[in-house]
Amino acid sequence: MLDLDLTRRDFLKTSGTVLMGTLAITTGVLSVLAPSQTWALELTKLDKATGQTLLQATRHIFPHATLDDAVYALVVKDLDAAAASDDGVAKLLTRGAAELNTGAGGDWLAADSDKQFAVIEKMAGNDFFEKIKGTAVVSLYNNEMAWAHFGYEGDAWKEGGYLTRGFNDLNWLPDPPADASPAAFSAKS
Amino acid sequence: MAKYDLDDDGVVVIVGSGAGGGTLANELCQKGIQVVLLEAGGHESNDSFVNNEWGSFGQISWLDSRSSSGSWRVGKDFNGLPAWICKTVGGSTTHWAGASLRIQDHEFRVKTEYGDIEGANLLDWPITLKDLEPYYDKAEDKMGVTRTNGIPGLPGNNNFKVMHAGATKLGYKNCHIGRMAINSKPRDGRAHCLQLGFCFQGCKSGAKWSTLVAEIPKAEATGKLDLRPKSHVLKIEQDKTGKVSGVIYADSDGNQHMQKARAVCVAGNSIESPRLLLNSENNQSPNGLANSSGQVGKNYMRHMTGSVYAAFEKPVHMWRGTTMAGIITDESGNDTKRGFVGGYEMETLALGLPFMAAFLDPGAWGHDFTRKMDEYSHMAGMWLVGEDMPQESNAVSLHAENKDQHGMPTPNVHFDDHPNDIAMREHAYKQGSAVYDAAGAKENYLVPPYPSTHNLGTCRMSANAKDGVCNAHGQTHDISNLFISDGSQFTTGAAENPTLTIVTLAIRQADYIAKQMSEKAI
Ligand SMILES: Cc1cc2nc3c(=O)[nH]c(=O)nc-3n(C[C@H](O)[C@H](O)[C@H](O)COP(=O)(O)OP(=O)(O)OC[C@H]3O[C@@H](n4cnc5c(N)ncnc54)[C@H](O)[C@@H]3O)c2cc1C
Ligand code: SF4
Repeated sequence: MLDLDLTRRDFLKTSGTVLMGTLAITTGVLSVLAPSQTWALELTKLDKATGQTLLQATRHIFPHATLDDAVYALVVKDLDAAAASDDGVAKLLTRGAAELNTGAGGDWLAADSDKQFAVIEKMAGNDFFEKIKGTAVVSLYNNEMAWAHFGYEGDAWKEGGYLTRGFNDLNWLPDPPADASPAAFSAKS
Repeated sequence: MAKYDLDDDGVVVIVGSGAGGGTLANELCQKGIQVVLLEAGGHESNDSFVNNEWGSFGQISWLDSRSSSGSWRVGKDFNGLPAWICKTVGGSTTHWAGASLRIQDHEFRVKTEYGDIEGANLLDWPITLKDLEPYYDKAEDKMGVTRTNGIPGLPGNNNFKVMHAGATKLGYKNCHIGRMAINSKPRDGRAHCLQLGFCFQGCKSGAKWSTLVAEIPKAEATGKLDLRPKSHVLKIEQDKTGKVSGVIYADSDGNQHMQKARAVCVAGNSIESPRLLLNSENNQSPNGLANSSGQVGKNYMRHMTGSVYAAFEKPVHMWRGTTMAGIITDESGNDTKRGFVGGYEMETLALGLPFMAAFLDPGAWGHDFTRKMDEYSHMAGMWLVGEDMPQESNAVSLHAENKDQHGMPTPNVHFDDHPNDIAMREHAYKQGSAVYDAAGAKENYLVPPYPSTHNLGTCRMSANAKDGVCNAHGQTHDISNLFISDGSQFTTGAAENPTLTIVTLAIRQADYIAKQMSEKAI
């Protein structure tokens, strides 16, 4: 159930700038959510190289080794939207991406991971870095793919809550006595 | 629902529909008193609430511009969001977790108990626990607080199991599922808790008490309540005799109206209440209304807070079930051998993944941060909440330049931790970690305070008019028909979550206002 433009296959046919990827095989949970194994994100303002750079930059700022690029792409999506509505943000992001390239002696994305990190680490605290970080700390963890990855179950209401679905299923510690924690109300009892 | 004229000067106007204002409105309406309840926020419902942390945050939080200053970490991490409270019908009771504890006897007279503490503006309350007990009884019954009035406790969730196992091993004697204003069984026309775990997001099942689902509908049923959502009060007017005569408020289109009043009760929570009094300055009250003491906005308290989350080998799934049911009260007394005065409570707390990312270590990035986030499903968590010291310099004031959407000066919240607050927090972190270590934690994460959820003390009660803003009934010392009806009244903060006491004071205040009205004193 990706509520993103990410999986809208028709984007693949559009002429806009598109970031694409394939879900890694290891992320089984995601492939259940995703209608297809490939994802695509159409950028409205930023160019593809900038989009790819921002995705990789986010991977360095919030590194989760097995979290799929498709989730990181959601951060790029939000950064792109911010750039589209505010020229200042667009400039900040494009300039920052260029600065990463300069720092890497030409092509930051082509550098190895250690080199990439060394360059971006030096930018910590500047506006470009903070913009990515501030966006990512929300976007990266606020979507159903991330929830599936981290094991968080999201909306409980539509499932009727956890009263009958494991709110107290922890069994590796002793259960508290009834005077500290009584049994749950049941309509039958 | 009643509809009163703007010119009707027989009504009691209440500003804010949260714990204080919403309860007071119902209590007055039950006595047949005509009430206009002005609420800045919109009217949501169990149906419109969402099980989504950021979605809900955008729906019910107070997001008007605020600023902060001082050395507290919240000022650095969340500069424009010093407080995490609500702008919606029901106020922060839509958001609250439901923990409902009485203030302890000695906490009503801390100046006497603790003596002089450098830098602290301590004062005894002008009331005692004994004065409040009959009203606490009423409040607990009204709110359906579990483990009182024969109401069974809630069943403990996974997060509580971890707390209880650790507390027991550590030798704590008082760990239980807590006293919660959440229905453990159907009561008062509302359902029982379904263990959704979205208590902070409005509670879609209606099991949690709030003024939105309990007090306001009952007040409406009397035919005496005129509730006006999206009505932001900007100024309280004072007449030639010195009494307040009404309020000016902006409606949803920004149009301003003057509502006349026989009495005005301010319950906008401890940032907005003093802001409104300060913004209501006039020739008679050049420093703001009811401010002859100079204490309006001062002595701002927010409780000593912090959280401990711990990662375990095996899964916990702490988000399942009630957000905050489970407490250890062993540290809540005043035992100065620990190196500080006052005490603190340890209460289970779970955040969803989105909020965990925002609050675990604000501003952090890199492997150390993501390594902790990777433990999310194996984490248990607790909140530490204790008495903080009132300091005159911790204050809500009007910003010199910034104005909000209605042209009203924005509030600035200045706060520095008192050394006692810091010593208490360090102790609480140590004990919280010890609880989880005893339960087998791999690692503990000491999480700094969130934006303030318990905002207190900015119009405090005092026996003597020079020490505070209002008397033992919340009636301002300076103006007999102007009342403070929310947590701003607190003389000191005590260790306990404040809402039960706010509701208790509102019930008591309603009796007093009714009496004063019948005696024509106001
Ligand atoms: C996440 C969270 C969890 C919490 N958990 C607990 C808990 O477990 N136990 C506990 O005891 N407490 C808890 N609290 C605190 C509790 O919510 C507050 O103590 C309580 O709601 C404060 O009551 P109040 O009447 O002072 O203000 P509020 O309930 O905040 O109500 C103030 C209302 O006034 C309105 N208002 C403000 N200014 C104006 C104006 N100028 N014109 C019109 N309307 C105005 C606001 O929009 C708001 O609706 C929690 C709070 C939060 C945020
Ligand atoms: S856990 Fe209980 S109180 Fe909390 S939201 Fe669910 S039903 Fe409401």
